[in-house]
Amino acid sequence: MIPEIGQFALILALLLAAIQGTLPLVGAGKRIPAWMALARPVAQGQFLFVLVAFACLAYAFVNSDFSVLNVATNSNSQLPLQYRFAATWGSHEGSMLLWVFMLGAWTVAVALKSRHLPDEMVARVLGVMGLVAFGFLLFLLLTSNPFDRLFPPAADGRDLNPLLQDPGMVFHPPLLYMGYVGFSVAFAFAIAALIGGRLDATWARWSRPWTTLAWSFLTGGIMLGSWWAYYELGWGGWWFWDPVENASFMPWLIGTALIHSLAVTEKRGTFKAWTVLLAICAFSLSLLGTFLVRSGVLTSVHAFATDPRRGVFILAFLALVIGGSLVLFATRAPKVGGGGRFEAVSRETFLLANNVLLIAAAGSVLLGTLYPLFLDALNLGKISVGPPYFDTVFVPLMTPLVFLMGVGPLARWKEAKLPDLWQRLKWALAVSLVTALLLPFAAGSWKPLVSFGLLLAAWIVTTTFVNVRERSRGVRGGIVAQLARQPRSYWGMIVAHLGIAVFIVGVTMVKGYETERDVRMSVGDKVTVGGYTLRFDGTTEATGPNYRAARGAFEVSRDGQHVTTQFPEKRVYNAGGMPMTEAAIRSTPLGDLYVSLGEPVDGGAWSVRVYHKPFITWIWGGCLLMALGGLLALSDRRYRVAMQREASAAGGATARS
Amino acid sequence: MSKKLLIPLGVFVVLCAFLLVGLWRDPREVPSPLIGKPAPSFVLAQLHEPAKTLGTADLKGQVWLLNVWASWCVSCREEHPLLVELGKAKVVPIVGLNYKDESVAGKRWLTQNGDPYNVSVVDRDGRVGIDWGVYGVPETFVVDKAGMIRYKQIGPITAEALEKKILPLIRELQKS
Repeated sequence: MIPEIGQFALILALLLAAIQGTLPLVGAGKRIPAWMALARPVAQGQFLFVLVAFACLAYAFVNSDFSVLNVATNSNSQLPLQYRFAATWGSHEGSMLLWVFMLGAWTVAVALKSRHLPDEMVARVLGVMGLVAFGFLLFLLLTSNPFDRLFPPAADGRDLNPLLQDPGMVFHPPLLYMGYVGFSVAFAFAIAALIGGRLDATWARWSRPWTTLAWSFLTGGIMLGSWWAYYELGWGGWWFWDPVENASFMPWLIGTALIHSLAVTEKRGTFKAWTVLLAICAFSLSLLGTFLVRSGVLTSVHAFATDPRRGVFILAFLALVIGGSLVLFATRAPKVGGGGRFEAVSRETFLLANNVLLIAAAGSVLLGTLYPLFLDALNLGKISVGPPYFDTVFVPLMTPLVFLMGVGPLARWKEAKLPDLWQRLKWALAVSLVTALLLPFAAGSWKPLVSFGLLLAAWIVTTTFVNVRERSRGVRGGIVAQLARQPRSYWGMIVAHLGIAVFIVGVTMVKGYETERDVRMSVGDKVTVGGYTLRFDGTTEATGPNYRAARGAFEVSRDGQHVTTQFPEKRVYNAGGMPMTEAAIRSTPLGDLYVSLGEPVDGGAWSVRVYHKPFITWIWGGCLLMALGGLLALSDRRYRVAMQREASAAGGATARS
Repeated sequence: MSKKLLIPLGVFVVLCAFLLVGLWRDPREVPSPLIGKPAPSFVLAQLHEPAKTLGTADLKGQVWLLNVWASWCVSCREEHPLLVELGKAKVVPIVGLNYKDESVAGKRWLTQNGDPYNVSVVDRDGRVGIDWGVYGVPETFVVDKAGMIRYKQIGPITAEALEKKILPLIRELQKS
C-alpha cells in the first residue's frame, strides 16, 4: 500500500510540475497576475508530493519491504538501521528521487525567500525550475520507477553495496546533490533574466547568495567523497580522476568562476553576457554529470547498471534544456549590453583571467573525461585517460590562477597601476620565495616540486596577510576592532582563499613525502614507514551486524616508544559474499599512518599495505575552509538585513490578511 | 545576432552528437587478446560430484560455452533466465565455471534459480579465471571444435547478444 501511495504522489508531483512549468511562464509573458501568482503555491505543492514519495520509499527501505524491487536489490534485513535509511538513495532510482527532492527543496526555498523580487521574476524563476523538475519526474516514472513491485517478494534483499555501508556515504550524496541541484537556481535566474530582458546588476545580486550556497554544498560534497574514497577503498588515494569524480568537479570549477564573475556583474555591471553563460554552463555540467553517471557511457569504479533507454531519455532532456538555453542566450544576450569599461590592468581583468583559467581547467577535465568516448565513436580504438594527463594539464593551469588569487583582491576596480601593485606585493613575494626555499629542508629533503607547491601556498597566505593589513589600516581602534569592522563577505573570501593554501600544502606534502610499503607480513614481522615501526601481532575473528571479519592487530611504535595499536579489518558481508577492506588510520595534523590488510598468504601471513601520508588531512581541511568561507560570505550583514526585511514583510502581509 | 554568441551552442551540438553515438557502444567491451587463440586448458573438480573432474580435453571435438558465474554475482541473476532457456533447448553444451565461490552457496543458488549447466566446475581460488583473462563476473566464452576461443561476452548475456551474435556463431561453428 505505502509504495503505491509513493507512486501516486510522484504522478501528482509530475502534474503539478507541468502546471508550475507553464502557466507562470506564460502569465509572466502576457502579464496575467493570477497565472503568475500560481508559481509559489504550485511549487510548494509539488515539493510536498515529492516529499511524500521520498518518505514512502524511505519507509519501504527502513521496514525492509522486499516486495519492492528497488528495496530487494539494494537492502537486506541484516543491514543496520542507518544504512537501511541511507540505502534509500543507494540505488539509481533512489538517487534520482533524491535529485528531484533536492530540486523541490531549492524551489521552495526560492519561493519563500523571494518576496522582495518582482512577481514576473519569481514566476519565471519558479517556472524554469518547474520545467526541470517535470523532466526529471518524467524520467523517474518512465524509466526508473523506484516503486516497482517484485512478485513473488524476495525472501531477503541482495544487500546494499558494502562500499556504501559507511557513514561518509550517508552524507556524501545528499551534500553533493544539494550542490549540483543548487546551481539550478542560478540557472533559473539567468534564464528568467534572459526571457525578461532584464540582465542588470540586480539580477546578479539576487542570484549571488544562491550560487554561493550551492557552491559551498558542492565543495563539502566533493570533500566527503574524496575522504570516503581515501579510507574506504583501501589503497590510500584521495582523488582518482574517475569520470564520476570529474562529473562533480567540472560544475565546481565553473561554479567557482561563476561566483567571481557574479561579483563583477553586481559591483561593476560588466561581464553580463559572460555571467549568464557561466550560470547556464554550471547547471548544464551538473546535468551532463548526471547523464555521464546514469547512462553508463563511461566506465568507472562507480559501476551502475547500463540501460540505453535511460541514457537516451537524459540525453534528449539534456539537449532540450541546454540547447534551448543556449539558443535563448544566442538570441537574447546582445540586448543586455556590455556594461562599464575597464583598463587592461584592473581587478576586472584579473577576474576575467581567473574565469578563463577556470574554464580552461573545466574544459580540459571535460576533454579528458570524454576523450575515450570520442575516440571510440570515431572508431579510433579504445583507450583510457588516466591521472598522468590530468596532472600534466592541471598544474600549469592552476599556477597562474594562484598567482592571480594573490594579486586580484589587491587591485583596484577599473584601473590599477602595476608599479603600485609591485610596491605593495614585493615583500609578500620575497617572504614566499624564502619560505619555499627553506621549508622543504625542515621536512627532511629538498625537492623542487615541493618547493614549488609551498611557494604557491605561501604566496596566497602572504598576499592575504597584506590584504587584511591594508583593509584594517583605515579603521580606528585596536587591531581586533579593525578586523571586526570588515564585512563577513570579505572574511568569507579570505577564509576560502586560505582554504586553497591549506589544500595546496596537503597535496604538495603528500605527493612529495608519502611512503607506501606493500609487504608480506607473518606474525611478529616489523615494517618501518615515516619513522613509525609497525609489528604485526596476527589476526583474530570478529563479527559485525551483517559481516564476518579477520581483524589484524598492529603495534605501532616510534623510537622504541609505544604509540598506539591499529586494527585494520578484512570483511566478508553475509549477503553478497563480497570481501571489503577496512583500513585502520591514525590521523594527526602532521600526517596519517594508514594500514590495510590485503590478502591472506600461506601460513598465517598476510599481504599488508602500510602507508605514511604526511599532511593529508590538510587536503580536506582546505576544502572545509573553502565551504565555510562560502557560508561565512552568506552570513554577511546585507543578506541578514534582507532576510529581516523579508520576515517583517511577511509578518505585515499576514497581519493584513 | 552576432555569430560569436552561437559558439557555445555549436560546441554543445557536437558534444551531443558524440554522446548519442557513445550511448550505443559499450565501454566495457574490450577486445579480448584470447580470441582466435587456443582455450587455456584446465582440469577441475565438478561442483555436484567433487570426486569427478572435467577438463578441456574432455570437450574437444564439439562447440561449447564456458559461462563464468558465482552465487555472489548480482548481474549473473540478470542473464540466468536466458541461460536456463538455452540449456533447455540443448543447442550447445554449457560448462559453468563457478568462480571464487563457496560450493554450498553455489549449489543452493542453482537449486533456486535453475541449473542450465551440463557440468559446473569449481574454480575456488580463481586460478583458471586468471588464465582465461576473466576480470568480472559474468563472462561467457564460445569455444570451437578445435578448442579455439571464438567469442567472449563480457558482463551478462543479453537477449540481443544471444540472438544476433552467440547463436549464429554457434550454428556456423557446428556446421564446419
